[in-house]
Amino acid sequence: MSKSVMLVEDEPNIIEAISFLLERDGWTVRIHSQGHDAVEAVQRVAPDVLVLDVMLPGRSGFEILRDLRRDAATRDLPILMLTARGQTKDRELAESYGVSHFMTKPFSNDDMLSTVRDLYAASAGEA
Amino acid sequence: MPKSALTGSRIREHRLMRGIKQADLARSIGISASYLNLIEHNRRRIGGKTLRALSEVLKIDASTLTQGAERAVVTELQDAAASDSEVAVELDQIDDLVARFPGWAAKITAQHRRLRALEQTMGGLNDRLTHDPVLSEKMHEVLSTVSAIRSTASILVGTPDLGTDWQARFHSNIDTESRRLAESSASMASHLDRLSRRDTGRATPLEAVFAAFDGRGHHLAELEEGADPAELADKLPVLDSAEARSLARRYFETYRADARAMPLAEFEAAAQDAHLDPAALAGQFGVPLEAVFRRLASLPRSATLPDIGLVTCDASGALLVRKSPSGLALPWFGAGCPLWPLFAALSSPGVPLRRVVETEDGAQFVAMALAHPSGPLRFDRPPVYHATMLLVAQDDQSHTNTLPVGSSCRVCTRDDCDARREPTVLGRGQSQGLLTTGGNRS
Repeated sequence: MSKSVMLVEDEPNIIEAISFLLERDGWTVRIHSQGHDAVEAVQRVAPDVLVLDVMLPGRSGFEILRDLRRDAATRDLPILMLTARGQTKDRELAESYGVSHFMTKPFSNDDMLSTVRDLYAASAGEA
Repeated sequence: MPKSALTGSRIREHRLMRGIKQADLARSIGISASYLNLIEHNRRRIGGKTLRALSEVLKIDASTLTQGAERAVVTELQDAAASDSEVAVELDQIDDLVARFPGWAAKITAQHRRLRALEQTMGGLNDRLTHDPVLSEKMHEVLSTVSAIRSTASILVGTPDLGTDWQARFHSNIDTESRRLAESSASMASHLDRLSRRDTGRATPLEAVFAAFDGRGHHLAELEEGADPAELADKLPVLDSAEARSLARRYFETYRADARAMPLAEFEAAAQDAHLDPAALAGQFGVPLEAVFRRLASLPRSATLPDIGLVTCDASGALLVRKSPSGLALPWFGAGCPLWPLFAALSSPGVPLRRVVETEDGAQFVAMALAHPSGPLRFDRPPVYHATMLLVAQDDQSHTNTLPVGSSCRVCTRDDCDARREPTVLGRGQSQGLLTTGGNRS
């Protein structure tokens, strides 16, 4: 069974580009574009790595992150957070909620891929 | 004590240039040689009759000898010196700088003001970047679009075996996103332009109003002659924003109301007769005391009038009006000296206070202050008070029970002051002449 990534993002062309990259890299990619039910969707899909946007329709990525960390099933899930707001306080907030990695848009494809791989490897190594 | 008052030094220079002995000069104007010695060493302030007598004997215009404008420049230079922690400056040579290179001194102070203004603007824009939801949304849209374009373009360039269907799809995506980027960046630029026009002129509308009054010596001849406040506000280039013009109109309306209630010629004569007693003038013209304070401060400069300053603050202590008298440079930025009777008046609204205050340089002023409602009193709403203080320079400086005050803590070196809220930027041991605000001297 291939390793899986869930992408919670609402920008269609970013979804398409990231999905393309990850699938070519051998990942199974699941997409979710809404914020309000993202926690339930992640719990249902149970991906190996989550790529989570901050600004989503219905609910912010920070709240989703916080709730995922409160749930034992997703407490240790590797989460890469994407944001167009690179302000220090956003980064600090994400870190306080337990984000695994914080990346600001625009990002390079190589950075995105290597970060997802690293997060998965670190998670697999601990398991 | 800072030796920043220049009048004494100039008197000494001119006396020596004319080869007049100190004792002879003192005798000729009816003061003691020791007192003249104190004046020449800037340890006593001079004005009025003594200054005029000296200027006649030395055959030089009194205004050439006075310190007013220079004192304000010196204070601002001291503030400028303290604002950069990296560069040490020769504080004890500020007088020389002002006297020998007035143009450079003015340039430095102007740049310092501009720098402070820009710092305030930056702070405001930084706040706006953080809190302005419109800007935040536009920025997010731009960055998201750029992100999509960058990732898609990288795929096109970095994937040689990309199928034609994918190529067409990604080209289309880039086209879509680039159009979106053009729109969102234009929208953001337009928003920033509006902010820029609003925020990056003079630091604040209030400072523009201060500059408008300072530029005319606080006497507005047009309003004395009945000009329309709005038209005057629109005419002054220094009022460089709609907000500044709007604020200035309110100040000008107050000025015109005062001028109508106390017509200039009549008021000037009455002020002389009353020896500048504001209470007597308020009774004579049937106006509030604070209106007389404002009117006295708006009189045109005259040889028969002492130097007059004016300060108004709101209940938070923020300065709303500032007219510096010679010898007491009121701060452009930050709060003033907490010992000013202006602030004491706020604790007893409606009760006029009068004290003789004395600066570090020995300049004495009769300070008269009153806290008064800033507008009509209303039921079920707390009153909003302003305090206004008139400062009348004293010629003889013979008062002994004076209240020591300063301009603000930053440029005051009194070390026994209970009211000090922050260390002076002038530091100790000024005789060494070098200052670094980081606390190190070299």
